[in-house]
Amino acid sequence: MEAILTAVIPVVIIGVICAAVLVIAAKVMAVKEDERFPAVRECLPGANCGACGFAGCDGYAKALCENPDTPTNLCIPGADGVSRQLSDILGVEFADVVEQVAVVHCSGDCEHTSDKVVYQGIESCAAAKLMYGGKGSCTYGCLGLGDCVKVCPHDAICIADGVARVNTKDCVGCGLCAKTCPNHLISLVADVERVVVACSNKDKGAVTRKVCSNGCIGCKKCEKVCPLGAIKVVDNVAVIDYEKCDNCPDFAVCAKNCTVGCILTADLSGMHRVK
Amino acid sequence: MTKLIIILLSAVFINNYVLSRFLGICPFLGVSKKLDSATGMSLAVIFVMLMATAATYPIQIYLLDPNGLGYLQTIVFILVIAALVQLVEIVLKRFVPSLHKSLGVYLPLITTNCAVLGVTILNIDEGYTFLEAMVNSLGSGLGFFLAMVMFSGVRSVLEKADVPKSFKGLPITLVAAAIVSLSFLGFGGVIENLFA
Repeated sequence: MEAILTAVIPVVIIGVICAAVLVIAAKVMAVKEDERFPAVRECLPGANCGACGFAGCDGYAKALCENPDTPTNLCIPGADGVSRQLSDILGVEFADVVEQVAVVHCSGDCEHTSDKVVYQGIESCAAAKLMYGGKGSCTYGCLGLGDCVKVCPHDAICIADGVARVNTKDCVGCGLCAKTCPNHLISLVADVERVVVACSNKDKGAVTRKVCSNGCIGCKKCEKVCPLGAIKVVDNVAVIDYEKCDNCPDFAVCAKNCTVGCILTADLSGMHRVK
Repeated sequence: MTKLIIILLSAVFINNYVLSRFLGICPFLGVSKKLDSATGMSLAVIFVMLMATAATYPIQIYLLDPNGLGYLQTIVFILVIAALVQLVEIVLKRFVPSLHKSLGVYLPLITTNCAVLGVTILNIDEGYTFLEAMVNSLGSGLGFFLAMVMFSGVRSVLEKADVPKSFKGLPITLVAAAIVSLSFLGFGGVIENLFA
């Protein structure tokens, strides 16, 4: 019995001392935490996608608590629901979230472009890109090995006919695919925008035409027909300035007049050619 | 002085805690995926090893040994190290928030890490003086740092490699760890002969 006590008592004493020190330290050196923080953090989806521009959901929640000027509508995956909850907790006015969707700026599917080599390497766009810019004859286009598919947390992207396609119903606009694509083919547009240039080939028209019959040849016809001056050909490829493109009086006039049909209109079922 | 250098270098290279003694394998495999998290973890380990040695060495010498309680070494050390790490975390959070932010996630992970406990117990077993014990802890921490940083490099290369399906993930990581560990065998006998 005595042997047990001589072992137990010192351990208990040391344990109690340690506990006392910890309790005192925790009380004395407590750091004040905003009591709204747990509630705010609870609202956010916790995907840590970084679409808000902060380092994960914790970072955004912290910024919301500390700085009252932080907008509550930055969480794109959370959309209006989260924004409404956040503004309730923080007591600020509700701001509408502009939902974003990813769009792929390439329409070089198997029918319109071809492979220049047989690629047998690692099944990854990033790896294929290192080998002479990928297997396709267009080095600007979709590599078709699905790095974006792998990174998408909502299974909203698939590779169909050799080109990545976004299912806009499932896309929450987190932008992880846009960061992953080695050819930078994916960008986020506000969900209300419905005209998309589906080509990123910066070569001159004749060169583009040889590798892909869907490629933008930079003919500038869209520039001429656009009533708002929102579409410009930059580096031999048409680019839409979505700030100007809003409220177009003649919807999709650029798409209707595109010589090669690389300007697409999009709705919930995906992107479509007008012609 | 020579003895201190020998202790330091052999703790880093020959008796490397991860690769030769196989202590601290859990963080070695768990946190070595990215270089920055590997660095953060290793810095936290170095820090905690030094703190733990500074706290446990006097306890052993002045408290346990004179009272014939040497057999309580393991449990007392675990208790003291765990409490110490918690205390350090509280202090850091209050006074050095930036350091707490970079080490913070890793500190609770290593409260009862076997590498930390191993250092404190081996310091006693080897019969080191306090200074030698501290140098050994520093060396062990640096050895852990070296192993983590090297291995995170190996793993980043593994990530790009075309590994057979059955070896993907943990198996190939363990194979790679074994090869890195083998390479450290080459250091055996080097340090003693440096000063011979």
